[in-house]
Amino acid sequence: MQSIEQKPRPLAVVGGPPDFRNLGVLLRLLLLVNLLAAGTVLIAHPEPERLHLNLLAMAARLELPLVLVTTLLFLAQPWIANLSARNGVAVIVVLAVGVSWLLHPLLGRGVAEAVDLGRWLGWTLSATAICLLYFDYHGRRLSPAVTEARLMALTARIRPHFLFNSLNAVLGVIRSDPRRAERALEELADLFRAVMRDNRELVPLGEELILCERYLDLERLRLGERLQVRWDIDDCPRDALVPPLLLQPLVENAVYHGVEPAAEAGEIVIRLALKGNELRLEVDNPLADAASQHAGNRMALDNIRERLMLFFDLEAGLDIARSHGRHRVRIRLPYRRSSK
Amino acid sequence: MTAPATAEPPLRVLIVDDEAPARTRLRDLLGDIAEEQPSAVVGMAANGAEALRLFEEQGADVVLADIRMPVMDGVELARHLGRLPQPPVVIFTTAYDQYAVQAFELAAVDYLVKPVRAARLADALGKVRRQRPAADHALASLAPAARRHFSVNERGRILLIPVADVCYLKAELKYVTARCPEREFLLDESLVQLEQEFGDRFLRIHRNCLVARSAVIGVERVGENDGDAHWEVLLAGVPERLAVSRRQWPAVKQALAL
Repeated sequence: MQSIEQKPRPLAVVGGPPDFRNLGVLLRLLLLVNLLAAGTVLIAHPEPERLHLNLLAMAARLELPLVLVTTLLFLAQPWIANLSARNGVAVIVVLAVGVSWLLHPLLGRGVAEAVDLGRWLGWTLSATAICLLYFDYHGRRLSPAVTEARLMALTARIRPHFLFNSLNAVLGVIRSDPRRAERALEELADLFRAVMRDNRELVPLGEELILCERYLDLERLRLGERLQVRWDIDDCPRDALVPPLLLQPLVENAVYHGVEPAAEAGEIVIRLALKGNELRLEVDNPLADAASQHAGNRMALDNIRERLMLFFDLEAGLDIARSHGRHRVRIRLPYRRSSK
Repeated sequence: MTAPATAEPPLRVLIVDDEAPARTRLRDLLGDIAEEQPSAVVGMAANGAEALRLFEEQGADVVLADIRMPVMDGVELARHLGRLPQPPVVIFTTAYDQYAVQAFELAAVDYLVKPVRAARLADALGKVRRQRPAADHALASLAPAARRHFSVNERGRILLIPVADVCYLKAELKYVTARCPEREFLLDESLVQLEQEFGDRFLRIHRNCLVARSAVIGVERVGENDGDAHWEVLLAGVPERLAVSRRQWPAVKQALAL
């Protein structure tokens, strides 16, 4: 089993103990242990009329140690992460069994009927083992190799429509305004560099913003005054780390669906804000063509959603809303600062 | 300089594209190939509707039309032009899209991929004099969506009627009447074809009548006493009531969720 020290933080680790400071891991842990407890009750006392009482008794015994163990794991995470995988597992097992044992005399009375200490510790040990095996499997499934391969496959591509229209526009101005044509080709080169580079690491938001500006300048060559953009990004830290090509595909969608099909000027609004420890990105465009819900559009959004999942698990999310003739895509993700 | 090209007058070309640099590019290219294929640009338009206005004033032999444009796209433009007494040849221009290109091949219409090359443009213009405009059904197969306008040719003027303004379509003798709140127009199309193209928007209530679903405000049972009992549809914007045939009533009832 590989050790986990050198792994870049955003990527899930291979096997071994999971990251107990990740919201997704904590939710999964609580859910899994409770499901195991419910399953145990169903098997041990199958009579349906006393089922709720048995479940209540189990909960009374289980929840306090479970919350305590989870809290301790959360607190001890940095230390566990520095141990080898084997020692990490040993620490977790000792912690879980130890807490169960210490709390046993306290919880053996009241609602819960007293349960023999040996059986209770045995149950704790099995539940811990099942959880560790589950997280090990989950970690392998999202192992860096697999995750990276999926990230590579998912990285946004440039629409052929956009490439050829842009080249056509450059050819259109090359005689009348050679400098504008030069600038456009430079921007096109930057965009391609961004799309083709290794996109498996998070990048500072500032870089993503510069990329969007270049992209929009290129579109302005084709669409002229029809393309209006409002940036609302003053309260946003430029050093926040985001998945590469997160914002640009959203802006590209907004142009394709909100501005191109309309004869009049259309305004795209890009809002970035930091709310507590959460970064919020929002792109909002007019609904020029209410009937069209392009398959391409959904694909781009599914792609972003899946990449957010790979980078941040349940801590990030994407939602779409339509109201007052506007289409809005909003992304929330945890704020991580770049170390540079 | 080739002999046949000089013998004939220059082709009059109308350029239609919503992007200014794309229009400029085509105009530059036409200039470049003028020796081989003399042409005169009679106008440049930013969408299909503008192009029809220009065509009405200037006429043209060839229309170079972009496919994806706001207001009216290239395929719809070609279909309206195709109904005119002396239709021009339409050559589509499109940014690479392999599905669109397949459709063009199937429909046997001429197209140029952007960025357009001078030699390819000269070839396409060279074929124009021998070409006839593409058939309407071939053009219809190119566009997944229905037209956004009906066109009516009135004393040399092309009237565009937004499909959304039409309350009902009624077949009378040779023509179909399209009824809008202000007035009515005669369309030179068949009700069956209209029903096929606009089935989402219009509902058949009678052998000779389609009504716009969005215009229906109610139905009423009439003629209970004189033995000719039937349902009538009430429409927003027009005073007349339209009879629902006994045969269509079950379908109408279901479609309007009554």
